[in-house]
Amino acid sequence: MSKLDSKIPEGPIEQKWNAYKDHVPLVNPSNKRNLEIIVVGSGLAGSSAAASLAELGYKVKVFCFQDSPRRAHSIAAQGGINAAKNYQNDGDSIYRLFYDTIKGGDYRSREGNVHRLAEVSTNIIDQCVAQGVPFAREYGGLLSNRSFGGTQVQRTFYAAGQTGQQLLLGAYSALQRQVGLGVVKMFTRHEMLDVVVIDGKAKGIIARDLITGKLERHSAHAVLLCTGGYGNVFYLSTNAMGSNVTATWKAHKRGAFFGNPCYTQIHPTCIPVSGDHQSKLTLMSESLRNDGRIWVPKAENDKRKANEIPEEERDYYLERRYPAFGNLVPRDVASRAAKERCDAGFGVGSSKMAVYLDFAAAIERYGKQQAGKLGEEHANITRVIALGKEAVKEKYGNLFAMYEKITGENPYEIAMRIYPAVHYTMGGLWVDYELMTTVPGMYALGEANFSEHGANRLGASALMQGLADGYFVIPYTIGSYLNSQIRDKVTSTDHPEFLAAEKNVSDTINQLINIKGTKSVDYFHKRLGKIMWDKCGMGRSEKGLTSAISEIRLLREEFWKDVRVPGASNELNIELEKAGRVADFLELGELMCIDALNRNESCGGHFREEFQTKEGEAERDDENFMYVAAWENKGNNTYEVHKEELKYEVVKVAARSYK
Amino acid sequence: MNLTLKVWRQASANIKGGFVTYPVANISEEMSFLEMFDVLNERLITEGNEPIAFDHDCREGICGMCSMHINGRAHGPQSGTTTCQLHMRHFKDGETITVEPWRAKAFPVIKDLVVNRSAFDKIQAAGGFISVNTGNAKDANSLPIPKDDADASFFAAACIGCGACVAACKNSSAMLFVSAKVSQFALLPQGQVERVDRALNMVKEMDALGFGNCTNTGSCEAECPKEISIENIARLNREYLLATLKK
Repeated sequence: MSKLDSKIPEGPIEQKWNAYKDHVPLVNPSNKRNLEIIVVGSGLAGSSAAASLAELGYKVKVFCFQDSPRRAHSIAAQGGINAAKNYQNDGDSIYRLFYDTIKGGDYRSREGNVHRLAEVSTNIIDQCVAQGVPFAREYGGLLSNRSFGGTQVQRTFYAAGQTGQQLLLGAYSALQRQVGLGVVKMFTRHEMLDVVVIDGKAKGIIARDLITGKLERHSAHAVLLCTGGYGNVFYLSTNAMGSNVTATWKAHKRGAFFGNPCYTQIHPTCIPVSGDHQSKLTLMSESLRNDGRIWVPKAENDKRKANEIPEEERDYYLERRYPAFGNLVPRDVASRAAKERCDAGFGVGSSKMAVYLDFAAAIERYGKQQAGKLGEEHANITRVIALGKEAVKEKYGNLFAMYEKITGENPYEIAMRIYPAVHYTMGGLWVDYELMTTVPGMYALGEANFSEHGANRLGASALMQGLADGYFVIPYTIGSYLNSQIRDKVTSTDHPEFLAAEKNVSDTINQLINIKGTKSVDYFHKRLGKIMWDKCGMGRSEKGLTSAISEIRLLREEFWKDVRVPGASNELNIELEKAGRVADFLELGELMCIDALNRNESCGGHFREEFQTKEGEAERDDENFMYVAAWENKGNNTYEVHKEELKYEVVKVAARSYK
Repeated sequence: MNLTLKVWRQASANIKGGFVTYPVANISEEMSFLEMFDVLNERLITEGNEPIAFDHDCREGICGMCSMHINGRAHGPQSGTTTCQLHMRHFKDGETITVEPWRAKAFPVIKDLVVNRSAFDKIQAAGGFISVNTGNAKDANSLPIPKDDADASFFAAACIGCGACVAACKNSSAMLFVSAKVSQFALLPQGQVERVDRALNMVKEMDALGFGNCTNTGSCEAECPKEISIENIARLNREYLLATLKK
């Protein structure tokens, strides 16, 4: 008997959410004033949830480890946000966004949740525009759209290459408004280090003031974890340096099940690794695949420069393998195809672990278009290219500038070199339809939960999900739980469980500081990252995963014996912060491998080499694996899997093809 | 390449700080400035010393967290570039590089190169928003906005709140930051209702927090990693004047 109840409402798919909203218990305004909510994390999900809940009248405390809530890593999202507005009249609809997301996720997400996401997607755009988010517009003053991978319509709204920044600043402004009104209390440079669970319910958190090192006990009626993903378990990723799993991992150890931990998104278009000093990887937005063409030389080990290789000696392998979607296949497919070419010896650049993303054709096409517009039908090629570069600059200028800053190469002249990198984690805390984890009163929103993206997330859908959860889902669903809490005063922070949790945190900190070993935290983090990338990255196998598990166990032992954390606990101590996070990654990494080993199939971003078609495509096993793997922590790095069976009542499950 | 770093070390807000010199060897041109600091810190840790505390997070030039004053310039010698995106190929072998925290009364030093910039959040809370509760919005395309206005608003909104403008200004003025926010909303129809109060309240909060006055030297614009235009300051001055006349 499964312990998991997804609480998907009854009824036809397009009526579930409305029916839910019509019947969910409400909390009256005078009671809201007495109910306190803790929000951990201030990215799109956290800021939008905190602002919206405060607007409803709840008392909210927000925690973030950065020096300002505006710096959460949602800020770095480049390309855009999807919404089923159908402003382009190209046949988009809520159903199509729903369907694309289910298919994009390789039939491993919940229909009910995804349909709700597609429904509220349109409200998000309205809300953001009302807040003054400066989306890109056409000359007529209406909003502009572009395409992203895995879709055949233009439904992506954007603000140049910094959509995440503009959306986050919108949510942040709403949040700061509530801070100014005194409804939200903001705790910056604070890191959550444990959740306090009393009688099975989440009642507060232990946080460390990162400047003074002081541990603080905060109580509330509900705790929302909006702390993002765990891609940094790979050390090198497109995540911010501080992004970590600690909040959700501590919650997991306090009883929240972890859903599909092995589902990792490796993004196809990132700037390749340049050396051992590399601290992080930089994404080049998927929007570039609207116009850039991806290729490698047809000849193995071709030493010529990109522009010296004639057209007929180039292999546009995505266009060749997937003519229907071409360069706009979903991320998992594009990444695997790049790896396949490089592994086969066709890679480019000094490392041979890169492929070209080429804008020459786009520059010429736009140049001709522009020349035509200007009445210069007979413009020579130099003029056409000059006009084309202008047009490409208008679209992607800041991305090109960023590429040049990092690599020292001018992408208007030389094709970009790109390679896949860890970008997003579809896995996360298991939540039900109400976004509640398996611990009552504890919620997970945005990337921190496992929900809508199945085994692969489509581009421009993370921003959509973070804001959907925060603005339009949690304000409704939280009432269903808080309604039962109106009689209870907030728990005293002197409750024995609070004191015990604080002592637990303090003991761990003292232990880390007192190891006084010989190796830095980064030393261990890099080693863990290498194990994960080699054995639990783009290609996984039983043999690799089995060996990864034992390597991680040994590495973890070594860490707890030999890590060196300089400084003291009662001051700003960045190494101590990192040590705590890496300690958690060293546990999570093992669970990711266990989950990947358990899932004897390939789906989405999870590619088990044993399970592939003759053409090298992922081969699902719907009969045995059409479920969410929700892992319960049994202590001492042991886990038990619980299965939530996925039922498809609307979408016909099929092999996922982009050919 | 081999370099000499002179880095500001300060144990905490109330302890006097000073420069400490560190030679760094075998630095690759491909490294970012912060990756060079990673290398130095790794060495300090293995030698049993305390690493240098500095702020950073996204390392792709957008979060606004990194904040080093390098050779007398906020974010270093490359214009339009944050410290995290500054690469070592812009330095010469054998060079001595001086690194300090932001210097401003409103940005007190916390430790080494880390400063407290929460004053910016307070200015934002004083008026940097449009008061629209979740769920109140009408259809996004029901309000067409001329592309030029939307683009101008976007360029102002590109500010990452890093504080380089304050650090670059001899008066530690926050006018470029505040004017960028005020401009973003002043240029959009949605921002009109609260236009007067926004300008007054944000400027009042800025003054109360101890930022200096603007004397139009333009150094903020020159050092801004997102190249926010000083035209925004002119716009803020107009907004403020009109607001005082209306109130």
